[in-house]
Amino acid sequence: MLLIHCPYCEMDRPELEFRYGGEAHIARPADPMATSDETWAEHLYFRSNPRGLHAERWRHISGCGRFFNCLRDTVSDRIVTTYKAGEARPEIDRGAA
Amino acid sequence: MSEHFRLSGATGRAVRFVFDGVTYQGREGDTLASALLANGVHLIGRSYKYHRPRGMLTAGAEEPNALVAVERGRGRMTPNLRATQIELYDGLVATSQNRWPSLAFDVGVINDVAGKFYSAGFYYKTFMGPKFAGTALWTRVFEPIVRYAAGLGARPTDPDPDRYAQFYAHCDVLVCGAGPAGLAAALAAARSGKDVILCDEQSEPGGSLLHETTATIDGRPARVWAEEGLAELKAAANVRVMARTQAFGWYAQNFVALSERVADHLAELPRGARERLWQVRAKRVVIATGAIERPIVFPGNDRPGVMLAEAGRIYLNRFGVKVGSRVVVVTAHDSAYRVALDLAAAGVTVAAIADVRSMPLRARMQEAEAAGIRVISSATVTGTKGRRRVSGVGIAQVGGDVVGGTDWIACDCLLMSGGWTPSVHLYSQSRGKVVWHEDRQMFLPGASVQDERSAGACRGSFTLEAALSEGDRAGAEAAGIETARPSFAITGEAGTEGGVLGRLPRRPGAKGKAFVDFQNDVKADDIELAVQEGMRSIEHVKRYTTTGMATDQGKTSNLNALAIAAGKLGRSIPQVGLTTFRQPYTPVTFGAFAGANRGDLFDPVRQTPIHSWAEENGAAFEDVGLWKRAWYFPKPGEDMHRAVLRECRQTRATAGIFDASTLGKIEVVGPDAAVFMEKLYTNPWAKLEPGRCRYGLMLNEAGFVMDDGVIARMADDRFHVTTTTGGAPRVLHHMEDYLQTEFPDLRVWLTSTTEQWAVIAVQGPKAREIVAPLVAGFDISKEAMPHMSIREGTVCGVPARVMRVSFTGELGFEINVPADHGRAVWEAVWAEGRKVDAVAYGTEAMHVMRAEKGYIIVGQETDGTVTPADLGLNWAVGKAKKDFVGKRSLVRPDMIVDGRKQLVGLLTEDPAIVLEEGAQITATAAPAAGTRALGHVTSSYASPALGRSIALAMVAGGRDRSGERLYVPMPGGAIAVTIVDPVFVDPKGERLDV
Ligand SMILES: [Zn+2]
Repeated sequence: MLLIHCPYCEMDRPELEFRYGGEAHIARPADPMATSDETWAEHLYFRSNPRGLHAERWRHISGCGRFFNCLRDTVSDRIVTTYKAGEARPEIDRGAA
Repeated sequence: MSEHFRLSGATGRAVRFVFDGVTYQGREGDTLASALLANGVHLIGRSYKYHRPRGMLTAGAEEPNALVAVERGRGRMTPNLRATQIELYDGLVATSQNRWPSLAFDVGVINDVAGKFYSAGFYYKTFMGPKFAGTALWTRVFEPIVRYAAGLGARPTDPDPDRYAQFYAHCDVLVCGAGPAGLAAALAAARSGKDVILCDEQSEPGGSLLHETTATIDGRPARVWAEEGLAELKAAANVRVMARTQAFGWYAQNFVALSERVADHLAELPRGARERLWQVRAKRVVIATGAIERPIVFPGNDRPGVMLAEAGRIYLNRFGVKVGSRVVVVTAHDSAYRVALDLAAAGVTVAAIADVRSMPLRARMQEAEAAGIRVISSATVTGTKGRRRVSGVGIAQVGGDVVGGTDWIACDCLLMSGGWTPSVHLYSQSRGKVVWHEDRQMFLPGASVQDERSAGACRGSFTLEAALSEGDRAGAEAAGIETARPSFAITGEAGTEGGVLGRLPRRPGAKGKAFVDFQNDVKADDIELAVQEGMRSIEHVKRYTTTGMATDQGKTSNLNALAIAAGKLGRSIPQVGLTTFRQPYTPVTFGAFAGANRGDLFDPVRQTPIHSWAEENGAAFEDVGLWKRAWYFPKPGEDMHRAVLRECRQTRATAGIFDASTLGKIEVVGPDAAVFMEKLYTNPWAKLEPGRCRYGLMLNEAGFVMDDGVIARMADDRFHVTTTTGGAPRVLHHMEDYLQTEFPDLRVWLTSTTEQWAVIAVQGPKAREIVAPLVAGFDISKEAMPHMSIREGTVCGVPARVMRVSFTGELGFEINVPADHGRAVWEAVWAEGRKVDAVAYGTEAMHVMRAEKGYIIVGQETDGTVTPADLGLNWAVGKAKKDFVGKRSLVRPDMIVDGRKQLVGLLTEDPAIVLEEGAQITATAAPAAGTRALGHVTSSYASPALGRSIALAMVAGGRDRSGERLYVPMPGGAIAVTIVDPVFVDPKGERLDV
């Protein structure tokens, strides 16, 4: 079980309190109707699925209820950092994971 | 028979125990294995496939053969326990497994003679393909025989009466294993003042030091050193020493699971838990799990009396038990010489040491010969003799490729040592990658992935000095100490060099079963056959032969199997690969994982405030998610069908009262509430007046229906949202997601109110008569309160929100009152209802009546691929809205293509037939195999209103097929159906307008 640091509660809490929310930084287009079929399909269905550092959303659903972002290494499962929703992805050297 | 093989002068209180109905005497401190051996009993089980007689191979947790069942009263039968780990207590009752009718005479041994029947991959070859799969011959004849013959213990038949506890623990340093390396590590860490947990699976910590009689550490006997160290650790406030505790699983971030056996060794069961499951989060971990001795692969290496060499020394030095009276040692490793010397010193005849190496170390040979033991070098074993116990071993010498003549040596015990395999299991579970060391023929831990370090034999450091100093350094490092470390002065230790992998040399064409995996009965021949038949990777060989797949996970066999496969392939061991080690290291009882989560505590049960009334009035309940919902209310003598018929008819005749409290409810509040609702639902909300309701449809971003419900506008800035019963958490999560991450500027707050409101639905032409006398503060007349409106006031003097809504097609009201008043208001409604012969109805009648009206249920008519247009719900989609979640997807090419499945009604030609929900729909009565179905039945009931069966279905291009005849093929023949409109009752909605 992972220990996850909630950036709002500022505490390490067990994974059981959280719910995974898919890849982070996928912004909904401001005017969806103006997008092409292809762009919209990309937005809906295409994800990066990297080997290594992955920016992803988690929600502290059994805690403060907030959505936040997390950088996790998909190979080692190690969580490198977590940060609040709306903040930019931290510049972290992939080797540091 | 009384302990003939016990050393004289044995201390320890005598205890009695029963094995297979025979009473024996043992000693406190014995394991079942050592006590049986003290009585000269080696035969303890039959093997898995061939039912060959088997005895103890080892003295520890890695034991593959000696599996027994221990019975201690009703519900307390535990199968597949290792006799080498079962601690003896007075009155212990154990039985052997895999034998019928008895251990000594077993009819299953026929498998041994008909050995070909069970060769590698026999399951795949024999029972795969259309010839066998699913045939009566397989299900009635072969499967029962195979399952019976190839069983591994019997399962208990009664519920487990014991309790199991679960604990969490945090520590600075966790040390797994309390042998020399683990003790040294724990001592070093403990002296720093850090919080330390030291765990060991044995009854007493000490590991190999428990049976070490010759070595000294810093001038003291090794065992004394261990006792002193242990005493220091036990006295320290910052250390928890846990015996009988197996570190069995390693998970992310140094989360290590331990299983502690609390009660099984006690004659009197204590009142507390039988086992404890510990979930330990350790800042750092020291792995000191030691090494496991390897068997040697030669014909007949599985007879009772053939054991691992060090086990012979453990039984002798720790338990005072001689494993035989005339012993032969076959070895490739120096440590077995010490075994022979110890046995000889105890008066056991050691007939020979057969060393498979051509040049055994001169010093070892001299020691042996000084003790009068003959050493044969360049030895191989051509076979063994004996039926239920080894009686002789055939030794030959190898010169070049030639195996010489066999010399048969009589013995009643054959000890073997193929060398030592470091226990890298925990390291591997921590996601570390083991590295093959060609020079040492070993897999050893590589780089750390988590914060752990291995010390001692588990990283290939076999000398006592290395184990102690590595342990000490690892413990100090884990505790963050940087001072210079001490050294340890060692004398009198056994040799630590040598080893052999794979099978021993044999004459061309030599026969005899040479076992690799004892528990799964896999022979060297099986592995070679697997390679011959095309298996290239150890993962394939493993699955084809089942080697390493038994409950011991190949602890004694994996490396030999790998070496044999690599040899046959002519490739190196790392090229063939090592299988991954998985949790648990040794089997863990289900009880430990379940803990207190059983019976009533297994899963939460949600009950409505009106539950007790339903119970008192004879309701049958159904589970809907975690909810218990009243399903129907049978009168005496009524079955479900008749009860539902009565409930539906009476509701449409006068009225029915229904507990709708489980509906999900969310209060959406804030200045931007309407803007938010516009985004999250397909419908327009901006112009909905306070006091009015609207049917709301929620899509996911992909355009598929995810929920629906009636939504009331309470005020400009407040909505009372209802969701499906199961959908509330999902809907709230979805709303929060968009609110927090896509529309964070909106000033809206969401609150789950599902459990705050009890909801009483009153439906039927007399509904207004029932509700009116209870209401105060508002007018519920037809004119004052139209269909799809909401009023606030009181009902029975309790603050209430009353909606005029219908899920039956009849005049209806839904009374929301605070949950605490739910039952009282229900009873008042019921009392009014009785005056007009109203019924209480359950979920089944609710389903029937809504299907008669063609109202969908999300999750029944929909499956996550259905759009509003598919359901004929385009009227609920705000055409003029610029955007809402899912809108863009509704015009993707796939969503507007012709031929999508659409909601229709079905009428069977035979009105008595009620279709099966989920049944497929086709154009012809007997479609050719592979024909794609046109759709499927989603809801199907006997309709009381129509006096015949009805169904809803999703059918390709369904709305254009009105009147078309289609078929529902079933095993008994195709059922002809006609496509009709999905609204069966009152299509014009006149009954609502009253
Ligand atoms: Zn939080």
